[in-house]
Formats: sequence, C-alpha cells, structure tokens
Amino acid sequence: MALTTPLKVAQTTTRDRVHKELTGTSRDWSGLAFKYGLLGAVLFALLILVVLIGSQIALGGSVLTTRFGDFITGTLQSIPGTSGIHQGLRGTFWIGVFTVTFAFPLGIAAAIYLEEYAPRSRLTNFIDINIRNLAGVPSIVYGILGFTIFVEALGGTTGGRSVIAAGLTLAVLVLPIVIITAAEAIRAVPDGLREGGYGVGANRWEVVRTQVLPYAAPGILTGTVLSLARALGEAAPLILVGAVTNRLGSNPAVLDVSSLQERFTAMPMVISSWAGMPQEGFRKDTAAAIIVLLVIVLIANAAAVLLRNKFEKKR
Amino acid sequence: MSDSDLTATINVTRPITAGRMLPMTDTSALTGAETTEPTEHPVVFDVDDLSVYYGSHLAVRNVDMQIRQHEITAFIGPSGCGKTTALRCFNRMNDLIEIARVEGKVRYHGVDLYDPKVNPVEVRRRIGMVFQKPNPFPKSIYDNVAYGPRIAGQKKGLDDVVEQSLRRAAIWDEVKDRLKSSALGLSGGQQQRLCIARAVACNPEVILMDEPCSALDPIATTRIEDLMKELASDYTIVIVTHNMQQAARVSDRTAFFVTEVNETSDNRTGLLVEFDYTDKMFSNPSDERTENYITGRFG
Repeated sequence: MALTTPLKVAQTTTRDRVHKELTGTSRDWSGLAFKYGLLGAVLFALLILVVLIGSQIALGGSVLTTRFGDFITGTLQSIPGTSGIHQGLRGTFWIGVFTVTFAFPLGIAAAIYLEEYAPRSRLTNFIDINIRNLAGVPSIVYGILGFTIFVEALGGTTGGRSVIAAGLTLAVLVLPIVIITAAEAIRAVPDGLREGGYGVGANRWEVVRTQVLPYAAPGILTGTVLSLARALGEAAPLILVGAVTNRLGSNPAVLDVSSLQERFTAMPMVISSWAGMPQEGFRKDTAAAIIVLLVIVLIANAAAVLLRNKFEKKR
Repeated sequence: MSDSDLTATINVTRPITAGRMLPMTDTSALTGAETTEPTEHPVVFDVDDLSVYYGSHLAVRNVDMQIRQHEITAFIGPSGCGKTTALRCFNRMNDLIEIARVEGKVRYHGVDLYDPKVNPVEVRRRIGMVFQKPNPFPKSIYDNVAYGPRIAGQKKGLDDVVEQSLRRAAIWDEVKDRLKSSALGLSGGQQQRLCIARAVACNPEVILMDEPCSALDPIATTRIEDLMKELASDYTIVIVTHNMQQAARVSDRTAFFVTEVNETSDNRTGLLVEFDYTDKMFSNPSDERTENYITGRFG
C-alpha cells in the first residue's frame, strides 16, 4: 500500500502534464493564414472566369436564345442583328482538322524518337532546348512563317490565303507544344515497365507500342487537346495568312472539301473584327460568338478528360 | 588469398567435392576437374574477366566465375558492390543504360554474349529476369503472363502456357478465378510471383533475379524462396540478394562481392572476392573479408 499510493500520484501528475502539453498548444496562425491565402488565390482565378463568362452570357445570351439557328448558319454581314458565324465555324473546324492530322502524329512521333530512341548527346539536348524555345515563340512570328511558306511558297497547293494555309500554320504553331507534352508523358512512364518488357524479349518497338504508349496515352492526350484548344483560339497568325475580316462572299457547307483553297475566316477573326465594329448591336453578336467559341473549346477539353479517364482505367 | 591451403582443407572435409571448388585465379583447374567429375552440372555461363564501366566510372571489375545448370547461384555483398551490375550483364540488360560499357567475356554455352552479331532480344528470351521491385504490366493477369509468348509470335495454346506458368510460379490457385482482372490489384508478393510466371512463360533456360524479395514481407519471401528451390530443377537461377540468410537458405553456390573505395577519386568499384559452395562459404570462408561480412563485422 505504501508503494501504490505514490505511484498513483505520479501517474496522475504525468497524465495532467502530458494532457496539458498535448492540448494547450496555441493554434498555428501562420499555417492557417497560408491555407486561406492559397484558397484566396484559387477563388480569385475562379472569380475572373465567372465574371468573364457571366458578362458575355448576360450580353450575348439573348442572341443565342432568340435567333440561334440564324446565328449559326448565317454569314458575316455589316449590319448587326442579322450577322451569322457559319463561315467562322467552318474555318475553325478545318483548322482543328489540320492540327489533329498534322501536328498530333508528327509531334507524338518526334516525342517518341527523342525519348525512346535518340541517344543522350549534346545534339539531342540542343534540339530539346530549341523545341522548348519554339513553344515560347510569339504566335505572330508563326503567322509570318505561315505567310512565307504556306501562302506564298506553297500557294499552288494551298490556294494561297486559304484555310489550308491557316490550318498548316497553326499545326506548326502547336507542334512544339505537342512534342513537349508528349515527351513529358513518355518520360513519366516507369522504367520498370520498359525493363519488364525487355526482360521477356521484347524489342524496342514492341516495348514502345505495348508498354510505353498505352501508359503515356492519357498524358499525351491531355497535352494534345490543350494544344488543339490553343490552335482554335489563335487570331494573330490568321491575320497574316489572310483570314477575311469583314465580308466573305461564299458560304460553303462545313464539310465542303472543294472550297478549301478559297478565302476563309475563323471564329477568333470573327470575334476580333466584330469587336472593332462601331455599331452598338455588334456588342451582343460578339459576346454570342465568344460563347460559341468557348463552348467548342469546352467540348474539346471535356472529350479529352473523358478519353483520359477511359485510358487510365485500362492501365 | 591462399587458395592452395584451403583447397587442401576442403579436400579432406568434403571428399566428394574434391576439385569442385572454384579458385577464381585458376580456371584451368576447374576444367580439368570437370572431365573427371561426372556429377558436376554443365557450365551455362562462363564469365571471364568481366568489368563494367558507367561512363568513366568503373562499377565492377575483374569478375571470373562459372554458373552451372540447375543450380542456384547467389550474389551477396554490401550495397554498391556491383552485384546487380554484374547480374545485368548476363542478359544484356546493361544495354539499356546508355553510358554502360562492358569489358571481358560473358560466355553463354560458349557463345560470347557481347559479340556484335548477338541479338540481345534473343538473349533475353532465353535468359529471363525478375526485378527488385515487382513490375507487373498494367494489364490483366492473363495478359501479363501471355506477353512474352505473344511477343515471340505464339498465338495458339496461350491458355495452357498461362496456366502452366502460373502453376509453376505457385500462384495459380490464388488467381485462377480472376485471370482477366488487373495485375495491379495483387499484393506485392503475388505480383512478384506473377513476374516469375511471366518470365517462366517465355520458357527460358536461365532466370536472373535481382533482389526479388527486398520489397516483400517475410511470409511472401518464404514463398518465393521455396519457389526458387522448386524451379531450380528445371531452370538455372542466379539471384542477387542483400540478405545473407537468404543466400544461405536457397543457393548452391555463392559469390561474394566487396566495394573498393578509390582514395583519390572516391569512386566505388565492386570486386568479386570469393566464389564457392554456399555451405563452404558460410562455414569456412577462405577470404578474411568474406568472414567479416558474414559474421556481421561490416556491411
């Protein structure tokens, strides 16, 4: 008994002391401030986006609700309220087609070569750095390049100031971005997979085809679709390759291939030219065109997300 | 090393194995012994003065050894002693490291694996590998095992190959009802046995294992060790391990590597100091460094 009493006392005091130490600490104010600071940054970015989209919908929503069919199928006019964006949609569609058919395969192939085949040397490093620099070159410079090559030099094939020249120019514009994002995705493939493949007697091409590409597919896809969105939104190079800004006589169907070599326009051009119009009515039309372009980009991104999820499930 | 004294000792204690000991400095003694010793398994790998460089860094030097059929050969030694590097020369996995350069000879049934005419893909079909970290492909269990045969062009009878391989790897009963589900859903130990099944499916002669149990718990480790002993009746196995007890438990012969540190450049180079029967190595090592290592004085 004489022994247990002091022990019990010691236990309670230890418990009290530990309890005090564990619970008495004051709150981590700087940590909390940091957390809410970060949250504020996210909310600020979201706020800008919401204001932007909200203001456009408030301004141009009525155009889409009252004359949606007219607006989509109509042609460029100099009178607000009757203008349509069909020619712009057509140009944007074909720019997308050219980007997908030229920039994607070329860019992915270049990325595979750089990551899986090219020996690590000064030359490869030099090429790597230059591709990164190309991705940062202002788009207007690509416009000049497109004008020189696709409009003038190859004018016989492209038809000069045509949607073909514009599509090829924008394909070249996003090519470095496609290469970089695809290369990053390929680099992220764990080496264990490659070793496993080589370890059972696969050759390089088989390892690339059956291991590296399936694993990298979601990353490659995300990067390429983001670059597609970039191509669809560019206006500056289109000015140089001769996109029409005011009135465009012909209005061929979207899938009419025969008129690919004719003069053209595209959504970003429609928006920028309408935004510069003096008539008050064009404010609404511009906003409506912006909404349509945003929806197109949104659909492309959503498709990318869905496809990525599908690929990720498979791996 | 004073090999002659020790050889004499062994001759007395193990009369059956007389002359079977592998003095690294003298391979002619071994070839002489082979003809007089019919019970000795044939040589699969004859390694002759192998050195591997990574760029200008010498990673492992002057390895001489002979790996024999249906035996389990273990490579042990402290970290950075070049045992994995040496192992990866046996199926030309070092080719994947661009800066790696191999000197000396690795003969597989007398054929120099580093002959420019040798196709590394063919080498790896005959000499399979299991890696340190289980690396199943992000595919179904079935597709993992069928991968090698498919690459080799086999289209028919894959079901049988898959079942046989999974049975050999002692994992069939655990996965037979979910062959189509992802291999990534398996536990670490199961994944490693799947990787063994994947190697077995290519019908190799040799299976190289690079620390196959280092990421596994003791129960999974025991299963893999039992499996190795079983597989040794059909395959030749070379295993790298940092676990001396594992080498002692499973292997027939053990190669012990050490690390030399160059005083001036601080470069570390691996070196094979002793290669012998496992029981001899663990009971009566001929090199002082081996003794220090297995008794736990360094490493």
